[in-house]
Amino acid sequence: MAVEGIGARALRKEDKRFITGKGQYTDDMVMPGMGFAAFVRSPHAHAKVTSIDSTAALTMPGVDAVLTGDQLVGDGIGNLICGWMIHSKDGSPMNMGGWRALEPEIVRHVGQAVAVVIADTQAQARDAADAVEVEYEELPAVVDSVAALQPGAPQLHPEAAGNLIFDWEIGDEAAVNDAFEKAAHVTRMEISNNRLVPNPMEPRAALASYNDAEEHHTLYTTSQNPHVARLVLSAFYAVAPEHKLRVIAPDVGGGFGSKIYIYPEEMVCLWASKRVGRPVKWVSDRTEAFLTDAHGRDHKSEAELALDADNKIIGFRVKTVANIGAYMSLFSSAVPTYLYATLLSGQYDIPAIHANVKTVYTNTTPVDAYRGAGRPEATYLVERMMETTAREIGLSPAEFRRKNFVRSFPHQTPVIMCYDAGDYDATLDAAMKAADYDGIAARKAEAASRGKLRGIGMSCYIEACGIAPSAAVGSLGAGVGLWESAEVRVNPVGTVEVLTGSHSHGQGHETTFAQLICERFGLDSDSVAIVHGDTDKVQFGMGTYGSRSGAVGMSAIVKALDKVEAKAKKIAAHLMEASEGDIQIEGGELKVAGTDKKLNFSEVALAAYTAHNLPEGMEPGLKEGAFYDPTNFTFPSGTYICEVEVDPETGTTEIVSFVAADDFGKVINPMIVEGQVHGGLVQGIGQALLENAAYDENGQLLTASYMDYTMPRADDVPSFNLSTHETLCPGNPLGMKGCGEAGAIGSPPAVINAITDAIGNNALTMPAAAEKVWSLYQSGSKEAAE
Amino acid sequence: MYETNYHKAGSTAEAGDLISKSDDAKILGGGQTLLPTMKQRLAAPSDLVDVTGIPELQGISESGGGVSIGAATTHSEVASSDLVKQKLPGLAALASGIGDPAVRHMGTIGGSVANNDPAADYPAALVALGASVVTNKRELGAEDFFTGLFETALDEDEIVVSVNFPGAAASAYSKYPNPASRYAMAGVFVAKSSDGSVKVAVTGAGQDGVFRMGEMETALGGNWSPDAVAGIAPAADGLLSDLHGSAAYRSNLVTVMAKRAVAAAS
Repeated sequence: MAVEGIGARALRKEDKRFITGKGQYTDDMVMPGMGFAAFVRSPHAHAKVTSIDSTAALTMPGVDAVLTGDQLVGDGIGNLICGWMIHSKDGSPMNMGGWRALEPEIVRHVGQAVAVVIADTQAQARDAADAVEVEYEELPAVVDSVAALQPGAPQLHPEAAGNLIFDWEIGDEAAVNDAFEKAAHVTRMEISNNRLVPNPMEPRAALASYNDAEEHHTLYTTSQNPHVARLVLSAFYAVAPEHKLRVIAPDVGGGFGSKIYIYPEEMVCLWASKRVGRPVKWVSDRTEAFLTDAHGRDHKSEAELALDADNKIIGFRVKTVANIGAYMSLFSSAVPTYLYATLLSGQYDIPAIHANVKTVYTNTTPVDAYRGAGRPEATYLVERMMETTAREIGLSPAEFRRKNFVRSFPHQTPVIMCYDAGDYDATLDAAMKAADYDGIAARKAEAASRGKLRGIGMSCYIEACGIAPSAAVGSLGAGVGLWESAEVRVNPVGTVEVLTGSHSHGQGHETTFAQLICERFGLDSDSVAIVHGDTDKVQFGMGTYGSRSGAVGMSAIVKALDKVEAKAKKIAAHLMEASEGDIQIEGGELKVAGTDKKLNFSEVALAAYTAHNLPEGMEPGLKEGAFYDPTNFTFPSGTYICEVEVDPETGTTEIVSFVAADDFGKVINPMIVEGQVHGGLVQGIGQALLENAAYDENGQLLTASYMDYTMPRADDVPSFNLSTHETLCPGNPLGMKGCGEAGAIGSPPAVINAITDAIGNNALTMPAAAEKVWSLYQSGSKEAAE
Repeated sequence: MYETNYHKAGSTAEAGDLISKSDDAKILGGGQTLLPTMKQRLAAPSDLVDVTGIPELQGISESGGGVSIGAATTHSEVASSDLVKQKLPGLAALASGIGDPAVRHMGTIGGSVANNDPAADYPAALVALGASVVTNKRELGAEDFFTGLFETALDEDEIVVSVNFPGAAASAYSKYPNPASRYAMAGVFVAKSSDGSVKVAVTGAGQDGVFRMGEMETALGGNWSPDAVAGIAPAADGLLSDLHGSAAYRSNLVTVMAKRAVAAAS
């Protein structure tokens, strides 16, 4: 088998088991004697729990127990936490309300759990959950973030007066005010970013067991970061001490951020399994997923951009209200602050930026990081402003952007980030060429002859990945460091196992990570196994999110490989009586340069373990570990161009062309990168055209199933035109930047800019549902006729 | 899903017997609405009586210049039937666009018409083509059969046996799908009979389910062209309004879909 190293389009090693149905997900795990959990959930968005009567449920067949919040609190189980402290601009810490895994007093969103039933079968548990009688006293609810800040709005938490969690700012307000006083042109917009439901294919699940002889817990769960889950469950929730808790995240069917967090249900299974003395399994159904998986986005902003007479941007002012939902989820405070406002400089050299973010409780499902996490919100805002400003001042959108591009690196923005490398002209040029941007006028005319409205829109995005330098995020309020660990174990026969703290739930790590080892030692990929997702196997790790597994996780592997390589060379030099500096590794062999002396990699590995003839003082074995802490964020960037045709009779948008030119730094496996971009683009197009989590005024989620929540389907998206342009990241050994979220970050403004171009009306909000587009076009046509 | 008892009936008589002996039986056709509803725990019939194996509910045959379609016939069978394609191309096209491939291979015409979902496709075809519904008790004209939102003239134990469609000189269906569910937000079936009379039936948009557009029928009777209906729209106040489309938008869609259906039938 040929060696498939860096840059190879290696087929995914994991696909054989996924495609043949042999994947092992949490719901596939079976333990002897296990029972099933079903949760009793609030039908109200805001209500006092006045009584919970389990009498009838406890008499039903197969029912073991009905557990409530009083018992949970009585057992000393802690509140759910938020892992990132944000301070308001007045210096006060964020106003965080309590969140219990089972709520005994006041429910604050539809679907919040108040009790759990444990029974012999899932059907019995569900039937009994229906029979638990809960009396509620309804309270007024508020679902809109701006409404929640108004005087007299229903109050959610006593800790957060006026529902305000924090009133945060970044940047130099005085400098921005000065810029606006001098401005030759100011563009103003109100921009909202619609709430989304993550919808991974595999819903959340947990299987918890307790061994009372060992006082040891095991939790199988759908997690993007099992070590973080163990840490939080131990240190904060006191469910079990860390050394007595094994967390396993086996095959996981997608996460998109929603499986970063430690949710009430998983925690309750762990607690309940000890309490009832049997393993407890819970698998979310799709309705529960809509109601309880952390949602994404939900921003309302006002933005103002100031230009000088030469059309250079001199100031940018943003005010955002972020809806955090009913409770503060694990990273919820970081998303609308340090993952959002730090990207408001876009690809542009902007001397003064000020952003104010108010974060608000409402009677809705908690909101947290979802594919892109803050950066899509920033990019949508910046790139709609750029396109709109260009139209207002009569410059082409490309020319206006070029006029303001950052071109020298490193570039310190006014909002913390220091861009290390990039070439924004290169991706803009490539995208414009691929899209035949300059030929749009003819295509518009041709479409008009068929009664269609054609439009083109672009988006030049930048985002921050590879999270993150631990000391830097610590200074900004993070409760953890964001390094990664790796261990490379060479077995005596010369095969290699790599233990990583990254977690693969669709990213293809078993393939791409292996390519690093194949490249380094000239091995075929069948000789390499990637081990992840089990706290008993991997010492520690921070998991996978924020497009960090390449830039951070693989960098840790590189460090460990460096150590393994050095030791292998020492052993080979000793065995072949050569100088260590003369040893070269090539094609699975360690050779003495300039001679025909060589040893197979497996012979060196065996020598390390037999230890019959090692250099003086060397320890046996060939296994090395490393921790890698990044020195900076990485900054993927690129240009996306979308071309649409709108049917003026119905308002239906068809995407006729979509070009993505990305700079992800070093690409390990182009096929997997393209897959990531495809998925990201579809999610971004979904947000722009189709997806919306809508609540009614009472806090009922109107889009709680696929009958009403529009997930993008294959026929909603075009065939994509992709290219990548490598500007290496100087901050990590491979020069990688990350590609997991770019598609979802960069695409929404390109789509909306294209539609607004087509219909000649800029008042469009996401999602660009057909009726909205139709009525905007109708009103525009009427105005034009008057 | 709550616990339920499944029965497969061999005849309409046996089905009727099973229904009468049950606490709360439901007739099961292809199950494409009932089973998802049960899975969501929104329906809890004590018994399901599967009628899809009953011999007289099977098959598509020519009948009096039109076609007779057994109630257990799947949408996929209707869509791919040479006889339907030849006699009523609009009906075949409609069936080919119901739901998705899985729905079309399980869902049946009898189940669809008995459920009378206001956004289902078949009711528009039955009304516009002047079809009749044959049950184990009687034969009813389509407009007498569909009585309102999810309501039909069927008795609790009455079973749809077949649907008889007369022939038509021209027929076509055009629908605007709900982007999420892909049910019709407005679906318009136009049919011109051999004597030149026209019927236009609308599904997906009406608060009471399928309805006829008399003004369009008159206009098309005089001028069978898309332009004839371009200026005719139903009053918005009788139309459905929801998250995906207001009544005013649906009213516009009815006009647009009618134009497109006439164009397709011309």
